[in-house]
Amino acid sequence: MAAEVRSVAHEEVHTSTGLSNAKLGMWAFLASECLLFGALISTFLLYRGREVSGVTPQQVYDIPYTSVSSFVLLMSSLTMALSVAAIRRGDHYQTRVWLMTTALLGMVFIGGQVYEFTRFVQEGMTIKTNVVASSFFTLTGFHGAHVTGGILMLLSLFAMSLDGRLPTERGEAVELVGLYWHFVDIVWIVIFTVVYLIPAPTPG
Amino acid sequence: MATVVVEPTVAERPWFLRRPRATTGWVSWLTTVDHKRIGVLYGVTSFAFFLIGGLEALLIRLQLARPNGRVLSAEAYNQVFTMHGLTMIFLVVMPLSAAFFNFLVPIMIGARDVAFPRLNAFSYWVFLAGGLFLYSGFLLGGAPDGGWFGYAPLSVRLPGPGMTFYALGLLILGISSTVSAINFAVTIINLRAPGMSLMRMPVFVWMTFVVSFLLVFALPVLAVGLVELFFDRRFGTHFYNPAGGGDPILWQHLFWLFGHPEVYILILPAMGIVSEVLPVFSRKPLFGYPVVVFSGIAIGFMGWGVWAHHMFAVGLGPVANSAFALSTMFIAVPTGVKIFNWLATLWGGDIRFRTPLLFALGFIAQFIVGGLSGVTHAIVPSDYQQTDTYYIVAHFHYVLFGGAIFGLFAGIYYWWPKVFGRMLSETIGKWHFWLMVVGFNLTFGPHHVLGLQGMPRRIYRYAPNMGWDLWNFLSTVGAFLIALSVLVFLANVVWSWRRGRTADPDPWDARTLEWSIPSPPPPHNFDRIPVVRALDDFWHRKYAEDREGRLTPVVAGGAQAPEASAGPGAHERSEGDEQASSEYGSSGHASTGAEHGSGRHGIHMPSPSYWPLVTALGLPVLCYGLIYSAALAATGGLILLAGLYGWVTEPVAE
Repeated sequence: MAAEVRSVAHEEVHTSTGLSNAKLGMWAFLASECLLFGALISTFLLYRGREVSGVTPQQVYDIPYTSVSSFVLLMSSLTMALSVAAIRRGDHYQTRVWLMTTALLGMVFIGGQVYEFTRFVQEGMTIKTNVVASSFFTLTGFHGAHVTGGILMLLSLFAMSLDGRLPTERGEAVELVGLYWHFVDIVWIVIFTVVYLIPAPTPG
Repeated sequence: MATVVVEPTVAERPWFLRRPRATTGWVSWLTTVDHKRIGVLYGVTSFAFFLIGGLEALLIRLQLARPNGRVLSAEAYNQVFTMHGLTMIFLVVMPLSAAFFNFLVPIMIGARDVAFPRLNAFSYWVFLAGGLFLYSGFLLGGAPDGGWFGYAPLSVRLPGPGMTFYALGLLILGISSTVSAINFAVTIINLRAPGMSLMRMPVFVWMTFVVSFLLVFALPVLAVGLVELFFDRRFGTHFYNPAGGGDPILWQHLFWLFGHPEVYILILPAMGIVSEVLPVFSRKPLFGYPVVVFSGIAIGFMGWGVWAHHMFAVGLGPVANSAFALSTMFIAVPTGVKIFNWLATLWGGDIRFRTPLLFALGFIAQFIVGGLSGVTHAIVPSDYQQTDTYYIVAHFHYVLFGGAIFGLFAGIYYWWPKVFGRMLSETIGKWHFWLMVVGFNLTFGPHHVLGLQGMPRRIYRYAPNMGWDLWNFLSTVGAFLIALSVLVFLANVVWSWRRGRTADPDPWDARTLEWSIPSPPPPHNFDRIPVVRALDDFWHRKYAEDREGRLTPVVAGGAQAPEASAGPGAHERSEGDEQASSEYGSSGHASTGAEHGSGRHGIHMPSPSYWPLVTALGLPVLCYGLIYSAALAATGGLILLAGLYGWVTEPVAE
């Protein structure tokens, strides 16, 4: 990793660790995000087995459907990695191709989430229905918002690259967005497992 | 991410995208990215909030001075005590500490600025926006009125808009603190001068480092609690609503999982300041530097395992209560270690009782009282008696006012000459100190008695026959003495402005790098980035020890005649290290540091920018929108995005 980092030239003259400030800052930010999702996931875990009136997520979700959209999101991590590799090679065309592919895969995931939420609401589960639904929508909604923010970053990078404002020596920007994107993916693995795959304990 | 930068664009930009250039005048304060000016902004703003929070405290004390007080209605009293707590914690102690972080950390570690200068400006503007947002509740139907800890389900059910302002206001302030904590963590990891290894950093920098990590990890937990509170209030979710299956205790867990590390976020900076002040005025190195550092780190870690001691009376069960009682007693150990190290630093020292030292000593004495009453809460049966009484009020004012505020005042008096280039008056400063000590102890000492006599917190009036009259009256007298002492401090500021002696670079004959540069420091801090060879390196350049262990100046007169230290030869090492004399910056040769900038252009500093201010402005607009209208929220979101766009497409320096 370190050798690859050095291949991307920086304007920073010197840092105590040799790592760029931006990258350390991104890691610190992601550490903070861990606690954010940790608290949201804890809330869901606390409430998922509660005996409540009204529809709960466990009654309406469709595991095969969400598995497919989860697969799409995981594949976007692959394309993200390809984009980072491309800008390190200085291959700007490939960088843009994989940036756009990543953004599109992200949009497919978000589209799937929007469709899923709409269907849940039609089946009578809104954020107000009960505490399980409240924590389900808040947790997955926060994750969706993070993916949406990531898509905006990817599209900005794509536009900058088209405009010629993303030269190879600024390639760290792609790497930083990549870190964020992989983080959001990893969080989804946890959320998908906790929310969809592990059965809730029976109330009582 | 906001820190992405691109090449400077060559084309001429329209006026609203043109880069601000001014370095003086009020526009320059809106666009500055200089850590020192941002530090001053933080300091002035948080001091203004200190005065407002103090006025609220006086209202509280006036209301309680006599039984059946009639100064405030119950509704007004609830708002005033809630805002007093929120102000003093989130708008005074935290940002005043941030003022010190901003001004001092780069010049203490030998850096030219923080890692992300524009993000630093953004933190300040978000802090200001969050403070004004919280206070705007007074004009918009009611300020927060559910206590600073906003216990559910009361906080969900309170009818006025206050607790909505609470949830969103603290979210805004949390963004400010998280961003600034990331900035300082990266600055301390990455921007240390050559030779400034971690164990050569001043203790204040270490405490900043620990606090940054606490903030990075604690604030998102509070954020989740606040989001859930806001959703409950605004969108009818059921997180804290038992009728919908929710559990109000979740709020307490989330809040105190943030709230206890927060206690250390408030006190560790003051401990860092005291650890800087004591050695300078005892003319001895800090006793057991590594132990003080590791105690600070230990407090940082252990602070995560004690939160439920705020919840002993909730009924978590004997096992949980015993476990948290034990962990709470354990955390007193590293705190006690620090106190003994401070005392040992003073022991046998050549003590000079200047105002900064007095405040530091006040910190130690009063913090010990607060710490000991804290240990009494760790004993569960005793805590059952103390919960929700004035005893708790006495405890946390002894640690947060007697501790944190006194420590911060020690820092204000100590670094004032460095920041403003003028000395404060010693005489007025001593008046300030003694008035504040007497006023403080007269205000909060009686609260111990009141609490043990059973006076509950947060009541807005009490009956005359409870035996509380005398102590409440004394407490009110004390509060006005504190107010007087603050006026004396303001008089000192005015005196310093008008008549204060111009400060030398090193007026206290101090130990750390910030005293090696002029007061106030030039925008680029160091003409040449220093090379550090030891802990308290600056001291060792001034003094050596002879065979009996006595201090001898390295160059005769170099330290005692501070005006000489502006000259390049003042700090030369006796061993004849040729480089030593030029490694510290001094006012004499501001243009010689070219090799550390970008070549022939001299020292390259980041340019001012509008975008942090614009981006920060988006947040309160967005939050008002979440309360009042979707269109306003969308506007706020667009301002935010526009600000970020401008930010990422402008180069750091041009």
